[in-house]
Amino acid sequence: MAIPFSYNIRNLWTRRLTTGLTLSGMALVVFVFASILMLAEGLERTLVETGSYDNALLLRKGSPSEVLSFVPRDQASILETLPEIATGSNGKRLFAKEVVVLVAIPKRGSKKPSNVVFRGIEETSLHLREQVKLIKGRLPRMGTSEVMAGTGVVRNFQGMALNESLCCGMKDWRIVGVFDAGSTGFSSEIWGDADQLMQAFRRPAYSTVIFRLRDSSEFRNLQGRVESDPRLTLAAKRETRFYEEQSEMMVKFLRILGLSLTIIFSMGAIIGAMITMYSAVANRVTEIGTLRALGFGRKDILIAFLVESLLFGFLGGAAGILCASLMQFFQISTTNFQSFAELAFGFRLSPRIVYQGMAFALIMGFVGGLLPAFRASRMTIVEALRAV
Amino acid sequence: MLFLKILFRNAFRNKLRTGLTILGMTIAILAFGLLRTVISAWYAGVEASSATRLITRNSISLIFPLPLAYKEKIRQVDGVKNLSYGNWFGGIYIDEKNFFANFAVEPRSYLELYPEYVVAPKEKEAFLEDQRGFIAGRKLAQRYGWKIGDLVTLKGTIFLGDWDFVMRAMYQGRDENTDEHQFFFHWDYLNETLRKRKGLWADQVGFYVAGVADPELTGEVATAIDKGFRNSLAETLTETEKAFQQGFVAMTGAIISTIQVVSIMVIIIILAVVANTMAMTTRERIGEYAVLKTLGFKARYIAGLIFGESLVITTSGCLLGMTLTYPAADAFYRKLGSYFPVFNVEQETLLFSIIASVLVGLAAAVIPARMAIRIRIAEGLRRIG
Repeated sequence: MAIPFSYNIRNLWTRRLTTGLTLSGMALVVFVFASILMLAEGLERTLVETGSYDNALLLRKGSPSEVLSFVPRDQASILETLPEIATGSNGKRLFAKEVVVLVAIPKRGSKKPSNVVFRGIEETSLHLREQVKLIKGRLPRMGTSEVMAGTGVVRNFQGMALNESLCCGMKDWRIVGVFDAGSTGFSSEIWGDADQLMQAFRRPAYSTVIFRLRDSSEFRNLQGRVESDPRLTLAAKRETRFYEEQSEMMVKFLRILGLSLTIIFSMGAIIGAMITMYSAVANRVTEIGTLRALGFGRKDILIAFLVESLLFGFLGGAAGILCASLMQFFQISTTNFQSFAELAFGFRLSPRIVYQGMAFALIMGFVGGLLPAFRASRMTIVEALRAV
Repeated sequence: MLFLKILFRNAFRNKLRTGLTILGMTIAILAFGLLRTVISAWYAGVEASSATRLITRNSISLIFPLPLAYKEKIRQVDGVKNLSYGNWFGGIYIDEKNFFANFAVEPRSYLELYPEYVVAPKEKEAFLEDQRGFIAGRKLAQRYGWKIGDLVTLKGTIFLGDWDFVMRAMYQGRDENTDEHQFFFHWDYLNETLRKRKGLWADQVGFYVAGVADPELTGEVATAIDKGFRNSLAETLTETEKAFQQGFVAMTGAIISTIQVVSIMVIIIILAVVANTMAMTTRERIGEYAVLKTLGFKARYIAGLIFGESLVITTSGCLLGMTLTYPAADAFYRKLGSYFPVFNVEQETLLFSIIASVLVGLAAAVIPARMAIRIRIAEGLRRIG
């Protein structure tokens, strides 16, 4: 017969201070582990959700980001006649030529300038990005220097509220609307009329061309056509793929940071668990002897102590994940290395992170409890009972 | 002396537990030291920047260029001693993973402005004479095994195509925090190629660097430069090199504050571990403390025993951790050298480690010491650990 589970629970309660300290150590480790994974997850999802699978994005060959890409006017007009472009409900083709520049705007709080994506759009751009919804004010009129700002920009930057204006390129850009694009990269952008932008920033070429595919499976054809056309110096990518690439470097950095931190932390927590379990064994020598005398076998003792340290892991893990889930209310806004522009993203808890965090906590508990449990199970009855 | 002996004897009575606690402390100090070194590596560019250099760039943002014609106008501003200019080239060597900073600069004036890049006079001449030549930092050259005379090709991301360069010189950092991971080549090589291509960027400069004689004048000179270009097609923003570098650091401020928070958490976790050990130790020895009290030892003495033992554990862990920080930082640098060109363990970091370990030692002993002092003799003697 196995030793009852309530024995373990009562034990934890008897040594409240020690239990509490060990648990808080473990919970902190799981918290850090989960939060960093959540950050990487949030960043990845933000950039993946930014694109639509059915949209094709054309950039200059070899350009790692939109800002560094140039699409000359003549090439843009060649693209406009491609047969793969879908037609919208109003009969217009879902095709837009865009300009992307970076402008430095002071951040709220620190007042230090950071780069924000300023995107010149055409009317169809809005049809191509269904995630973008106007929540305040109105849409900017084409042909004027009116712009609208994403919620991330309004929240994190100074002087970006409705009806304020932004001054760059010898022009005042009045913010007439605020748009929300959910948790996508567009929320960290400012949008205005493409032609106005090109004029103000003296750009003779567009940055990118984007259009909806008539049939999503035609993407391969399109890619082949663009690459084999000698007049074009462009490369076609699916919009989703493009934004995935934009996040790669940061996600990798966050993952490496998270992994190395947790390895170091978990060593500390395992040691903490080990100390606690060793002392639990040392303090209960007589108890162990009594249990053995009552007829519980070595295996039962081993299992009982392992269960106890797994319980530590479970409780610590649960507390850590609970605290980490509260992090979902926070947002981080920082410069993405790849696009060199500001990007706001949040912590995102996924079931996978919960499993990983929990597995991690249980492993910590198990490793920490293994040696002490062995020591407990190897005691001889007589010696254990004789000890005071 | 006797007191110290008791402390050590006490601390190592339970060898396993103390050993584990010290190990935990060692790991925590190691982690703390590494995290702080990462932060200081982040600020290395700021630390290494000079107070007498001004950087002028397009006020819209860094991606917009300035006309080459601004050169003469900036030079005429009062207080500007010498002037150089350049472009961020953004070239890739073989693969994207091999990241290092590469710039096209006006070589003669640039090297004059940066005396911390120490170059052998002969190599310097050879570099200045060859328009396709480049100069690389010592560590960069070491990493890729480049030698003088080697041909190196960079793939342009901003300026497309393959660009061939010949290594003509190598520079060494004068100071410890000088970045030895950079690559400079002739701006004329870039510009002449762009002119031939009739590209957008011909005769355009990414940034100007101005040397100012007196660091007190930088504010005035910066305003004077910017004033000269107000309401022009390309307005400028001039700031000291320090402020410019700080701007870069500030962009990733969120990451730095995360690392800072984490390094504090490391300390909290280890506090929990040490406090746990001390709590268990005192609980076991309550009987002894009661005996000591009976013999007439004051509460102060008992508290001293507990605090002392805790400090013995934390400081020995701290010493071990600090000695391990150096080889660990070295290994870290070898792995992530391309992210952090300068990666040195600072004196300050060691000082912080010591302070942290003393604080942890004291904080961990507070509750156990209170428990030991408060317990009544009879109660203490009655209790069985």
